Amino acid sequence: MRKISYAQAGTDALIEEMQRDATTFHLATSAPDELVNEFGTDRVRATPIAEGAFTGIAIGAAGSGYRPIVNWGMITFSFVAMDQIVNQAAKIHYMFGGQAKFPITFRASVGGGRRVAAQHSQSPYSMFMNLAGLKMVLPSTPYDMKGLLKSAIRDDNPVISFESNRLMGVEGEVQEEDYTVPLGVADTKREGSDVTLVALAWLVHEGLAAAEMLEKEGVSVEVIDPRTLVPMDEAAIRASVQKTGRLVIADEAGPTAGASAEIATVVTEDRETFAKLKAPPKRVCALHVPIPYSPGLEDHVFPDRDNIVAGIREVLDT
Amino acid sequence: MTLTTEKQPRFHRDSKPLEMLRSMQTIRRFEERASDDYQAGAIYGVVHCYIGEEAVAVGVCAALNKDDQIISTHRGHGHCLAKGADLNRMMAELYGRQTGYCKGKGGSMHIADFSIGMLGANGIVAGGIPIVTGAGLAAQLEGKGRVAVSFFGDGASNAGPFHESINIAATWKLPMLYVCENNLYSAGTTAAETLALSDVAARAAGYGIPGVVVDGNDVMAVYEAAEAAVNRARAGQGPTLIECKTYRWRGHTERPGQADPRPQEEIEAWRQRDPINRFVTNLMNQELLTEEAWQEMDAEILAAIEDAVKFAEESPFPEPGAAVEDIFAES
Ligand SMILES: Cc1ncc(C[n+]2csc(CCOP(=O)(O)OP(=O)(O)O)c2C)c(N)n1
Ligand SMILES: [Mg+2]
Repeated sequence: MRKISYAQAGTDALIEEMQRDATTFHLATSAPDELVNEFGTDRVRATPIAEGAFTGIAIGAAGSGYRPIVNWGMITFSFVAMDQIVNQAAKIHYMFGGQAKFPITFRASVGGGRRVAAQHSQSPYSMFMNLAGLKMVLPSTPYDMKGLLKSAIRDDNPVISFESNRLMGVEGEVQEEDYTVPLGVADTKREGSDVTLVALAWLVHEGLAAAEMLEKEGVSVEVIDPRTLVPMDEAAIRASVQKTGRLVIADEAGPTAGASAEIATVVTEDRETFAKLKAPPKRVCALHVPIPYSPGLEDHVFPDRDNIVAGIREVLDT
Repeated sequence: MTLTTEKQPRFHRDSKPLEMLRSMQTIRRFEERASDDYQAGAIYGVVHCYIGEEAVAVGVCAALNKDDQIISTHRGHGHCLAKGADLNRMMAELYGRQTGYCKGKGGSMHIADFSIGMLGANGIVAGGIPIVTGAGLAAQLEGKGRVAVSFFGDGASNAGPFHESINIAATWKLPMLYVCENNLYSAGTTAAETLALSDVAARAAGYGIPGVVVDGNDVMAVYEAAEAAVNRARAGQGPTLIECKTYRWRGHTERPGQADPRPQEEIEAWRQRDPINRFVTNLMNQELLTEEAWQEMDAEILAAIEDAVKFAEESPFPEPGAAVEDIFAES
């Protein structure tokens, strides 16, 4: 075991997978030194600021036998490439009757808290979840980052890795030996019996802190991290809610048509799980606004451990 | 790189060159202060400094009227100030205060002042280019001879919105200036790595419009190129692409510990071509400026910036609940 940061875990995954598979190559508007030193500028290319073009280039190379890894930087910049993502990458395998494979990994940072205002503080994964044909992961720990990213690179489909800005410096144990975290498998970050908290990315950490605060009052919180948004581990979420009878969902994205709405539906649409609910599900999300710059405004918009505690109290009271 | 020779200031009697000097020095002093206050934690998030490139914004804006419109980039303080933005409201915005241009919602990367035709700094590379082209369309429809100016970097000149917009502007003969600030880098990536030509202006030929390369550290050269392009635009002859060769002195952003791949000698060589020093020397040689007057001007600028900081510090932060205001316009 080795203690490394969330950001480093991402880089390590890339290095190992690029060593493992000579068909991988890397595209981003800047070429990371760590990758250039190891693989050279043929496989690690600095692109112009032309996200639409290099996203499409990745699709074309993938369909021609390569396994590109694209780092958009912030998810913000992926919006410039929306045609290639929405009309092309998500549909190309299906639309052409499954003739070719398009194994592409897209990486992008998400989240707020850095006082960088509306354009640079976004968590729009549900926009992408709405498309059929893309897989996507959202790791919360260095271990999950490395394992999920390796699975993403090895997968034969386009996979988006959403990576939390707030967690880049967070350290955690990662084993030295090769491992993967399979796509579509949730992780129980903490076991509990009174309420299920399904939390995403940074809010997994806030959720664990909230669970500890509530433990002192005798409330036992189970914290589930889906880790993969598509495909979602519906069985794990339902099983936990069937056990606890209560559901709180914490997401730093806004609630409207969000991943949180999807998770609530996974629970309420299932007759067996619905029957076990002792209270309506509760979402703890950002306010539905563009993210403001000034610290007091931004902190007002995002949920944190206190909001999670309040949300949990609410479902316990009913 | 071909550069024009130093232009002699032409306004021998009026105060315009001195106003231009004041504007350049205001940008520099403002950003020096913004950088210090950012390091001290009073300004948040991310700050991109324009220091070293002041002659571009000032030279172009000196050729514009108040009702002409401009759009900026992520490196926007210089464009704002050159177009005549208020120091107090700019500093207050950087400080995240209620009295700032955007009521604390935007910060350094998103300052706008629509009342002076400054349509906003923008966090998306090339994001502003189509928008200001729309302002150019509005100016053409209105028919009163107004022009619109797009400022953007060498990096942005590789993005689709640049090519799509300039083609439309050329075809529709929109009253536009496309001003490329070629500082040789986009963040840590060199222009040479991402552009097969050495001059962005050469692309103008592909759109059927004039392309001009200017020494972007020579404010009078920039002014003259802008003035010619503005005249062309006002006369209904369409857009011009002006490429200003320049250099940023500081890192891509003010964030500490950020890697800067640029060779020290290169930075030093460009510092020797300081647009402000060159202009001061030029004005003194022409006997349009004395050392005392220059010192006095600088002292006035520093005092105005001190006042702006004071204004910002004394202004309240917005109420948290204001976060949900201004999502939609009242109609
Ligand atoms: C569409 C998009 N992609 C990437 C970025 C990240 N980014 C911010 S500034 C920058 C470099 C811009 O270079 P240039 O246009 O030359 O302007 P300069 O910073 O040199 O003034 C990059 C890549 C962005 N803001 N927008
Ligand atoms: Mg540049």
